Amino acid sequence: MSSSTIPRLPAGRALRLGGSRIVDEVRGYFRQGDSVFFTFLFPIVMLTIFSTAFSNQSFGSDATGGEVSAASYYLPGMLAAGLLLSGLQNLAVDIATERSDGTLKRLAGTPLPVTSYFIGKIGQVLVTGTAQAVILLLTAWLLFGVDLPTSGEKWLTFGWVFLLGVTTSAVLGIALSQLPSSGKSATAVVIPITLVLQFISGVYLPFSQLPDWLQNVANFFPLKWMAQGMRSVFLPETFEAAEPGGVWNLVGVVLALSAWLVAGLVVCRLVFRWIRKDS
Amino acid sequence: MTTTDAAISVRDLRKTYGAVTALDGVGFDIAHGETFALLGPNGAGKSTTIEILEGYRDRSSGEATVLGVDPGRGGLDWKARLGIVLQSTGESGNTTVREQLAHFAGFYPHPRDVDEVIAAVGLVEKQKTLIRKLSGGQRRRVDVALGIIGNPALLFLDEPTTGFDPESRRQFWQLIRSLKSEGTTILLTTHYLDEAANLGDRAGIIAGGRLIDIGTVDEIGGADARVPLVRWVDEGVQREERTGSPATLVARLVRENGGAELAGLEVVRPSLEDVYLELVGAYERSGGGGLDTPAPRPMGSDDAEVRA
Repeated sequence: MSSSTIPRLPAGRALRLGGSRIVDEVRGYFRQGDSVFFTFLFPIVMLTIFSTAFSNQSFGSDATGGEVSAASYYLPGMLAAGLLLSGLQNLAVDIATERSDGTLKRLAGTPLPVTSYFIGKIGQVLVTGTAQAVILLLTAWLLFGVDLPTSGEKWLTFGWVFLLGVTTSAVLGIALSQLPSSGKSATAVVIPITLVLQFISGVYLPFSQLPDWLQNVANFFPLKWMAQGMRSVFLPETFEAAEPGGVWNLVGVVLALSAWLVAGLVVCRLVFRWIRKDS
Repeated sequence: MTTTDAAISVRDLRKTYGAVTALDGVGFDIAHGETFALLGPNGAGKSTTIEILEGYRDRSSGEATVLGVDPGRGGLDWKARLGIVLQSTGESGNTTVREQLAHFAGFYPHPRDVDEVIAAVGLVEKQKTLIRKLSGGQRRRVDVALGIIGNPALLFLDEPTTGFDPESRRQFWQLIRSLKSEGTTILLTTHYLDEAANLGDRAGIIAGGRLIDIGTVDEIGGADARVPLVRWVDEGVQREERTGSPATLVARLVRENGGAELAGLEVVRPSLEDVYLELVGAYERSGGGGLDTPAPRPMGSDDAEVRA
């Protein structure tokens, strides 16, 4: 018997099964209590805490002299943190756990294309990240009276920063998932990385107040650029002067995130395996 | 039997992990439609063999063909013809039984009916329960269900009934018999010798990375190993004798005992388990058959998940 007697699978399965994986992944995500709290609700909880704790403080003023509230000030940072958590933190921990608990091994024994698996993961990040951003925006708008942008141009910027940011973050999460040696150590390896990045990238602390050397370190990592892109959308133009070089530097945002996206894709292509073969 | 009409064909299969030899030249054929039981102690090489054939591990040397394909290079078309039940895993189980089966059914070109499979593994009442909320034995039945949902031509079962209660095990046997009757080829590893005896057409016994015997389940170990054993107690001493004519022996003993009943009388026909224990025991007493390396037990013995 030769291999030609084995029937060929129909073409175009990868996309259809990718869609089926997205449904399965999103369902599983919302049934996992810790992922719902630590990646989905976390930025929303933090926005609520900061907005409430600093509700009497002014964070600056816009061109007409209107005061910028804590909620307005922190919203872009929390949106950026959401991109990092929903993409990088979520997938790095999720895939490391799936490698360790046998999920990947089981899938590797089925005719599921690897492409479909990744469509499922990235789709899950897109769906949950979008839902998270929508809830963040609604919380800021309805609960804390933040004025959301009215110009289409701003929303267009939001759209591409979100999409480029969440995709880059997801791909980097897949790459980083190779690092933890077991599922149990995954959160211990991944969460310190994302936590430090949030502190140095202008999510919790004003970026302009960090020392130059720390800004330079943060410049190297993608979260700083996601936060900067989000600030350009949600903060008044009077805040632009406080940015590095006094400009929002959206070209820099595109370049930095694209570079990380490409680097992440290369690493995924080189290191991802269904299972660690022993030889 | 030639390799061309075998579902699985293995020749001189070897696997080493550094200095440790896990498989030291194993060879066998499994015909289409046959159920073959691979038996052996922990660390003997059963899981290494089965995982090489499933495509999970690379062999160090030797030949292997599974459904006509080298398992080290099997693609998705090939995987669509297989059903794999691994040793137990610890997945998060955030889907219901039905959701998981319907999802996996979509991977295959000609899946079985989801309802039929759920009924066959006896999980109709649990089909809307999250897998993580099932008992160990119920989760194992989900594993088996996922193994057969794709309607495989070849089914690998690696210790499938671990954690089953006796009734579930009987139901599982019934399921396997119906798969056999449909022509499915099955490679089974198990520690339950009664399971191997009930389901297997042939069995192979692996010890120390070598196949120490192979044959039909009724004949493995040779005719001598099947000779009945008569046991009785004579003046407080346990006695036993192997004989091809146990009734004659018992009649003589009774006569010598003045027609009285014998204390502790048993006539035992060696089961597959007895034969197995005898073979493995003899192998171990012989010092493991002269392997160059000491006991071929890599870290974690043959627990697949340790190295996976």
